[in-house]
Amino acid sequence: MSKGGNRNLSLIIAVIAIGLIYSIRLFYLQVIDTSYVEFANANSKKILTIHPNRGLIYDRHNKLIAFNDNFYDLSISYPFSLKNFDTIGFCNILNISKENFIERLKKAEKTVYKGSATFYKNLEYYKYAALQERMYEFGKFYIEIKTDRMYKTNSGAHVLGYIGEISKKQLEKQNEDGYYSKGDFIGLAGLEKYYEKDLRGIKGEEVILVDSRGRQQGSYLKGKFDKTPVSGKKVTTTLDLMLQEYASKLMQNKAGSVVAIEPSTGEILTLVSSPAYKPEALTIRNKKLNYGKLLNDPTLPLYNRAVTAAYPPGSVFKLLNGLIGLEEEVIYPETTFPCYRGYSIANLHVNCHPHPQNLDLRGAVANSCNAYFCNTFKEIIENPKYKNTRDAYIHWRNFMLQFGLDNKLGSDINFESEGNIPTPEFYDKMHNNRWGFTRIISLSIGQGEILITPLQMANVISAIANRGYYYTPHCIKKIDDKNAIPVKFKTKHKINIKKEHFEVVVEGMKQTLINGTAARTGIEGIEICGKTGTVQNPHGKNHAVFMCFAPKDNPKIAIACIVENAGYGATWAAPIATLMIEKYLKRDTVSSKPEMEERILKAYLLKTPKSKDSVEKKNELEREEINNQKTDTSKRKTTKTNFKNVALITEKLALNKNERKKNN
Amino acid sequence: MKEKKIIDTATFDWTIIVIYAIMVLFGWFNIYSASWNESAGSIFDLSKNYGKQFLFICISAFIAIFWMFLDYKLFNIFSYTVYFLLIALVISVFVIGKEVAGNKNWIAIGSFNLQPAEFAKYGVSLALAKFLGTPDARLSDKFTFRISVLIFLLPMILILLQKDTGSALVFLSFFLVLYREGLSGVWFIIALCSVIIFVLTLYFGNIWVSGVFAAIALLFYIFSSRKKYLTIPVLLITLAVTGFSSSINLIMDHVLKEHQKKRILVTFGLLEDLKKEGYNVHQSKIAIGSGGLLGKGYLQGTQTKLRYVPEQHTDFIFCTIGEEWGWVGSMTIIILFVVLISRVYYLAERQKNRFNRIFAYCVASILFFHFTINIGMAIGLVPVIGIPLPFFSYGGSSLIGFTILLFTLIRLDSTRSTEMSTLKDMY
Repeated sequence: MSKGGNRNLSLIIAVIAIGLIYSIRLFYLQVIDTSYVEFANANSKKILTIHPNRGLIYDRHNKLIAFNDNFYDLSISYPFSLKNFDTIGFCNILNISKENFIERLKKAEKTVYKGSATFYKNLEYYKYAALQERMYEFGKFYIEIKTDRMYKTNSGAHVLGYIGEISKKQLEKQNEDGYYSKGDFIGLAGLEKYYEKDLRGIKGEEVILVDSRGRQQGSYLKGKFDKTPVSGKKVTTTLDLMLQEYASKLMQNKAGSVVAIEPSTGEILTLVSSPAYKPEALTIRNKKLNYGKLLNDPTLPLYNRAVTAAYPPGSVFKLLNGLIGLEEEVIYPETTFPCYRGYSIANLHVNCHPHPQNLDLRGAVANSCNAYFCNTFKEIIENPKYKNTRDAYIHWRNFMLQFGLDNKLGSDINFESEGNIPTPEFYDKMHNNRWGFTRIISLSIGQGEILITPLQMANVISAIANRGYYYTPHCIKKIDDKNAIPVKFKTKHKINIKKEHFEVVVEGMKQTLINGTAARTGIEGIEICGKTGTVQNPHGKNHAVFMCFAPKDNPKIAIACIVENAGYGATWAAPIATLMIEKYLKRDTVSSKPEMEERILKAYLLKTPKSKDSVEKKNELEREEINNQKTDTSKRKTTKTNFKNVALITEKLALNKNERKKNN
Repeated sequence: MKEKKIIDTATFDWTIIVIYAIMVLFGWFNIYSASWNESAGSIFDLSKNYGKQFLFICISAFIAIFWMFLDYKLFNIFSYTVYFLLIALVISVFVIGKEVAGNKNWIAIGSFNLQPAEFAKYGVSLALAKFLGTPDARLSDKFTFRISVLIFLLPMILILLQKDTGSALVFLSFFLVLYREGLSGVWFIIALCSVIIFVLTLYFGNIWVSGVFAAIALLFYIFSSRKKYLTIPVLLITLAVTGFSSSINLIMDHVLKEHQKKRILVTFGLLEDLKKEGYNVHQSKIAIGSGGLLGKGYLQGTQTKLRYVPEQHTDFIFCTIGEEWGWVGSMTIIILFVVLISRVYYLAERQKNRFNRIFAYCVASILFFHFTINIGMAIGLVPVIGIPLPFFSYGGSSLIGFTILLFTLIRLDSTRSTEMSTLKDMY
């Protein structure tokens, strides 16, 4: 019995020993070694990203411009195996052949990122619905809901911009906090790009459980670790959709742009670049179809002329010369200069058109007398106050810079050009350090080497309307209904020219529409102040330019309009601007000048599209011409000043300047 | 007194009954959890595993109560009858058995499957107790030893033929009973040495193991002072060891099936096979390991719920416990088992009656074997052998089989005082 008792004890000890060994092992597995927790998480938890709704874009009167529209991408997660997969059923729902299925699989395999790839883009809704019902059978497949932009308007594409899938470069460039992942949408142009951080919102996360076959099994811990996405902020623009659409209509079949600004705030009411494209042409889903076409279109619809194109301003530039003349006290409002059908100095002759004689500054503005402003500019440049012409030029140029010229204005519209007000060094180089008034006479009347973008032009007229200051033009009014717009758009830029001088020029501008160059385009009941411009240029017919503001006192709107290769500013640009002013100030009324409106609407002023080859050939010819001119100075002296060629050189130089800056 | 036949409930071993009840109910809740998902209905849903388990628990409870009021002498009287009936049931599987996953070891009764192997243990326990319980039975007697071994080897071989290796191996636990009844401990030492040599050979190869052992034996022999008597034993042992070691590759390649070989290699960390043979154990370890100290909470386990662990409601039920109740829960189960088995061993020793004692040893040894193998495989210490965790794993045959075993023991144990009093009455 005692032997049995010992053996009994040894068995009990064995049981306890096993129990002990197992407890230690369990303690190791469960408490000490934490790697199993990670294994378990990797096994069963999957984090799904929930994309927030992109912020909506409104116009200044709270009219919806851009909103969101869902579409569905079918994605596949890896590792994927066709074992136990109902391929036929799957193909039937998608209405694709088995070969196509395999082809798509192969394609998807090449684009795997973070364990998943897109299998079928932009799923039709009925397929989405049918698939959704049976999704649990197709474990490794899942549907991604994506949001595309939709628009309530056909206008404003250049301002609004577009969104698109983030590029590899952008992905690599983003900082460490890396908000974006592959396949995300990001604002690529326009306001969508500029206000991307406000519009995009904050991504949400849903932690879901995945079973051993990769099928989704609902949320983890009833969504305890889920993050709700935060919708993007509402962006209220300063655009007036009604005016924007009207301007687009007026600008149809014309090349050029219109920019309207509220002078007291710098808010951009309208910005049209024509030819344009519909905003919906570049939505996520339509982009593939349209982008190439738009890119190759010879009328350059993608090019935002309103901020990127720079033109010699023409006669509208006389306003600035007049203002500087007054401020420098080289002329007075009552000063008169004779006009002999133009202005002659040395071998040069600048033509002028017939107009009344003995004009003072106001009359010269209204009638756009070339001779008057050649004289004015001569006085400015040869001002005895300064030690030499070069010094006077520098002072003159500084005034120009105060108006925001020769620099990017820094608005929230992308691809702004700087324009060009030549530096004295430029002329030093060009004329071997020997230059004077006669060399730069074209600047008197806004021709020559200067280049101004339509946005800068609108900013200039806005500053004149304000009688001496401006706010950087911008498109942002409110973000999420708060007036928290960037400080730079609230900073007043003052111009060192006395207010009384502005009043004189404004008076002349008022007369422009009464008995001046744009006499026929005035609108009854509105005091419009304007200035016409007709710009010689190397690309064909003259550019028609008009800038104006209204009403004269307490201006509500300032507009710059340029129609390329159209002819006289008074004929083509002025009506567009005045019609817009009427529309804006009187709102929704029928135009008081229906025949003028109809004439503009019907006009077709686009150059016939040229093939790429002929454009290049033309450029070559022009280049030769420039070279000839440079070498053969005697020829230039004897002929009438050829503004066209000067402008061409300047454009090229400005282009080089931009490129150099980019490279830096 | 005799005529009244009052059964005194105080004579039942309530420790075991309470542990049994806790285990069965806890097991049932865990089966519910293992099969649970958000759309799961009531725990009594008979179309689901947990609902069926509830039914099995009811049947078991009924049998348990019925057994406690049976005349204890019946067990002794009908032990051989029960043994042969159950052997016949095992044999009948060859004829009317249902094939499940390549193994033919089920008998279908309506929508339920009966697994005779689970009941065969009971028959063996009764027969072994009866045979060795006769007052003049001595294991030192060769005939007695052979018959005893035959009693459990017969069903073991039959079940092996049905390819149910796991259930068959359980019958090896009866060697523990023989050990208590006088079988030399040398056999266990030999078995232990074999296992050690086996594992060493797997790690280092048979040439190293044989070589090193032969060298040690040679050194031992050279420095030994009584060379005369040691020559033959040392030679024989060395031969046996080298022979066994060398034959291990043969055993692995030809005797064992491919999956068995792999399971052994995986257990000893000699094979990384997380996809197939190692998958179960790997996932089982993940489930248990991710439970932490206090577990993820009831019904909150992710690994088991999302079917990462195969057989989680049957053989791998311990995963659900480990994941949802953590180390604390796992420890509770282990303590319960250790207490239960030790208690049965303790009870065995206090029996005055040899039949009762041997039967108790059978019960304890079977439980011990199941406990060691099942939890050992779930935590990766023992190769995967598909046997259930008593009272926890889903399955009617297993639960009812263990219930009968345990309550036969309780009934027998409750007669100690009765027998004493009858003895007193006699004098």
